[in-house]
Order: sequence, then structure tokens, then C-alpha cells
Amino acid sequence: MIDFFLFLLITLSFLILVYLYRVIQGPTVFDRVLGLAGISTKAIILGVVMGTVYDRVEMFVDISTGYALLNLVGAFAIAKFLEQRGTP
Amino acid sequence: MVVLAIGLILVGVFFLVVAAIGTLRLPDVFSRSHAVSLTDSLGAICVLAGLALYQGFGINMLKILVVLVLLILLNPVIAHATIRAAYRAGLKPQTEEDP
Repeated sequence: MIDFFLFLLITLSFLILVYLYRVIQGPTVFDRVLGLAGISTKAIILGVVMGTVYDRVEMFVDISTGYALLNLVGAFAIAKFLEQRGTP
Repeated sequence: MVVLAIGLILVGVFFLVVAAIGTLRLPDVFSRSHAVSLTDSLGAICVLAGLALYQGFGINMLKILVVLVLLILLNPVIAHATIRAAYRAGLKPQTEEDP
């Protein structure tokens, strides 16, 4: 069973690399914001999977919750700032 | 229970891989937002539901379900705010007449 969760961790890490390419390469700044949102989703799932591997889910789930809320505040701040600034 | 959990996690990983491919290959920011918000949310829902089933009934399952509900609420909201900012900043969606 631990092998299956290790496979899941490695797959999610490769997906984070794909989104990181979009963050670095993206033509507009909104592409980078969307890439960061995708990376944060993968990080939330990674936290819960690592809690399952270490058998301490109740602790890692709290970290994931905090990361999700922090991601919301950060994305809203960036979106509001870019919306007021006008041209991309 | 464990077999059902593994099946849900594999379905979720499939959707996450499809979302990553869409993020790489779609042409502009308005179409890429579909890959990030819709497909990514579905994959995350499937994976987290599988992990909650693997824990069995109890307080751990409840906490993972709290993260799941939070993800369902927040992921489309973030994508919508970003795309609204992009539209108001002057970007136009790519249409069929464009090269």
C-alpha cells in the first residue's frame, strides 16, 4: 500500500513541474497566476497524501487547510491589483 | 472499501494529468482557465474522496472532507477572479478569425 502512495506522490510532483513551466513561460501575467493556483491545488493534495503515508492525517490536514486559505487571499490580492492597474 | 478508494484515486489522477496537458497545450489564457478550474477541481475532488474513504469512518475522514468542501468552494472562485481581472485589463478571447 505504501508503494501506491509513493507512486501518487511522484506523479503529483511531476504535475507540479508541468505547472511550473506555465508559471515561468506564460505569455501574460494572468497565466502565471493561474499556474500558481494549479500548483497550490497539487500542494493541498500532496499534504493530505503525506499525512496518509506518515499516519498523521489530523496534523497534515490542518496545514493543507491553512495553505488553501492563504492561496485564496494571495490570488485575490494579485487579481485586484492587476485589475486596478489596467493594461497587462 | 480500500479497492473503492484506490479506484477513486486512480480516476482522480487521470483527470489531474488531463488538466496538466490542457494547461500546456491550450492557446490563450481564457481557454487555459477551463483546464485549471474545471478539470483540476474534478481530479482533486476524486483524489481527496478516495483518501477520505481509505481512512475509514471517523474524525480523520471528517477533516479530509472539510478540506474537500473548501477546495470545491475556493478553486472556481480563484479562477473567476483571475479571468475577470484579465478581461477588464483589456485581453480579448481568441476567436476563429484570428490566425
